[in-house]
Amino acid sequence: MRAVDAVMECLKAEGVDVVFGYPGGANLPTYDAFVDAGIRHVLVRHEAGGGHAAEGYARATGKVGVAFGTSGPGATNLVTPIVDAMMDSTPTVFITGQVRTDLLGTDGFQEADTIGITMPAVKHSWMIQHPLEIPRTIHEAFHVARSGRPGPVLVDIPVDLSRADIPYEPVTDLRLPGYQPTVEGNTKQIRQAAKALATARRPVIYAGGGVISASAAEELTAFATADRFPVTTTLMGLGGFPAPHDQWLGMLGMHGTRAANYAMDEADLICAVGARFDDRITGKLAEFAPRAKFIHIDVDPAEISKNVPAHIPIVGDAKHVLAKLVREYRALEGVDPSRLDAWWETIRGWREKHPLRYDDSADSEIKPQYMVQALYEATGGDAIVVNDVGQHQMWTAQYYHFAKPRRWIGSSGLGTMGFGLPAAMGAQVGCPDQTVVCLTGDGSVQMNAQELATCAQHGIPIKVFIMNNGYLGMVRQWQELFWDGRYSHVDMGSFPDFVKLAEAYGATGLRLEDKTTLVADMKSALATDGPVVVDVRVTREENTYPMIPAGQAARDMVG
Amino acid sequence: MGEPGTKELLSLEELEAAGGLRTGRKHVLSILVENKPGVLSRIAGLFARRGFNIDTLTVGPTDDEQLSRVTLTVDGAMHPIDQVTKQLHKLVNVLKIRDLEPAGTVTRELALFKIAADGAARAEAMQVCEIFRGKVVDVTRRSLVIEVTGTTDKIEAFERMVRPFGLIEMMRTGEIATSRGRGET
Repeated sequence: MRAVDAVMECLKAEGVDVVFGYPGGANLPTYDAFVDAGIRHVLVRHEAGGGHAAEGYARATGKVGVAFGTSGPGATNLVTPIVDAMMDSTPTVFITGQVRTDLLGTDGFQEADTIGITMPAVKHSWMIQHPLEIPRTIHEAFHVARSGRPGPVLVDIPVDLSRADIPYEPVTDLRLPGYQPTVEGNTKQIRQAAKALATARRPVIYAGGGVISASAAEELTAFATADRFPVTTTLMGLGGFPAPHDQWLGMLGMHGTRAANYAMDEADLICAVGARFDDRITGKLAEFAPRAKFIHIDVDPAEISKNVPAHIPIVGDAKHVLAKLVREYRALEGVDPSRLDAWWETIRGWREKHPLRYDDSADSEIKPQYMVQALYEATGGDAIVVNDVGQHQMWTAQYYHFAKPRRWIGSSGLGTMGFGLPAAMGAQVGCPDQTVVCLTGDGSVQMNAQELATCAQHGIPIKVFIMNNGYLGMVRQWQELFWDGRYSHVDMGSFPDFVKLAEAYGATGLRLEDKTTLVADMKSALATDGPVVVDVRVTREENTYPMIPAGQAARDMVG
Repeated sequence: MGEPGTKELLSLEELEAAGGLRTGRKHVLSILVENKPGVLSRIAGLFARRGFNIDTLTVGPTDDEQLSRVTLTVDGAMHPIDQVTKQLHKLVNVLKIRDLEPAGTVTRELALFKIAADGAARAEAMQVCEIFRGKVVDVTRRSLVIEVTGTTDKIEAFERMVRPFGLIEMMRTGEIATSRGRGET
């Protein structure tokens, strides 16, 4: 069997139903194998689009996303998605072609040191050195990508090795002696955590993307409701706890709710689950949650006590640990639920005094916050919403109330503009029966708009809603607030004409400018077949509030 | 300290103070790895990413041909080590890491000293060599090459002794280390 046909067999054995990719010289043999493999391949228009599509697919389905690219520029174009997947712990396998082995290191045509360039950004990578290694390596790659703390892996295959004739037998034993993620969580530590929670008077559960990765949303709700623990999540954790729930405080962090941030500030015990105390959460580290002790549950031991020292560290996967924690908590005797009454009283006070708010327009002008609310209404709150990066992302987190996991998808850690459209495409491919909306900005969408052609060609019916203010809005906001209003290169003008752009790509284009008909217009856009681009003109200079100014503490929230 | 996104100027003192926790001692990390290409790059990369300087580094085979041993030393007074060790553990090809306590560890290093020594100086240099239980491994009319094995302290002491003769150059291997007693390192 040709080595490349063995690659296809491995993909099938791993349950891969779609690959996003782009062919080139160094992966010609691989692409020949696609002809007969019976695996769906989506031809993207830029490798970065393929990489982000694989991420979107993985985030929406929980399965491993796969992207292919050729050597040299094909591989370097994948670097941003790889780093993005690393930062957001997205299970992804990248398979790149490489020049033939006798050209390695000679600056051959389309040669790049792919392994070297991507090394700091992958969970692991493999350079194939012998064709017989290929099947085992592919299986190891999938195993590493999806287990433990998920992440991107890369397999680089020199083109001559991919043409070899090899015997293929399904691989059942993996040889990864140095890779044994801890999943279960130490029972003694979990018991100690339960006891600490039982006596805490001002506890908060702070959950992150780990809850989504581990499919632990149900366990999180069971844990929170084992008593009346208030819950906040990070951006990555949205949907990990149902937003309509009474114990939900809203997102925390730089643009989180006051209730969530003040609760962290005054908490006496914070239980972090699959969250990593990112600087967008903590603000000024020295003044973060000054009264709290910390329980930190994470599958990655390197996250524990990285930024904030944990008093009760628990290494393990959120699903296993939370299930045990609930059992331990319920088994405790003499827990007094009324000890939380005063805490809830305080939280309710914050909620009532500081709800999320904005000044709506008196006329037909569309405020960006209202645009998110309108989309929430038009989709019945049940779409998969894929964001790009910037103001629109924060407003989505604030005003689209995610009730289920894997409904919010966006680039969080790396903050990659251009992630949204291709990721939405990947999510739609993975979830063909769901409504997939890309809620993006006029800046971000232009960074990977070429994938509209992919959507049109492959009939991938994503609905792209552009929050168009003609600015790089978040940068403009910072220049306004912190740099004396000296706007420097943030005005995007009214370019391009997104309606015409959509039509040129073979999608439907619409422009919406009237608040009074916005929900109805959005509904009809959502009901339109095929990919649709909706250019929604919103207030040009609107700021995202509330906000913890950079480097300050939760108490210093403004707006 | 101000954030990159804000307008306030950063003082250099503040930047230096923000370096993080220091343990204050030299760390000898003994890392057992799979003998595969790129492993050393991955290890070195984790240090480079944090701007850490590796003082010494040795790599060699072990009694198991599938495995190699990396021994590296870093200055804990300069760099917080704990986070790097945790990250090293995450490398798929890394099997085991020991941060060796100096008291429970035997360390050795080999050094070659090329010394300008003729006439009377030569005899004197050879006397110093003998005291340090070094070995003369090359000799010409105008130079000596002396091999010395021992702890880093001993090698540094020898260097101080021979420098006045005219030290032409010095080559050091960096430390290797094993834990004391019967247990595996």
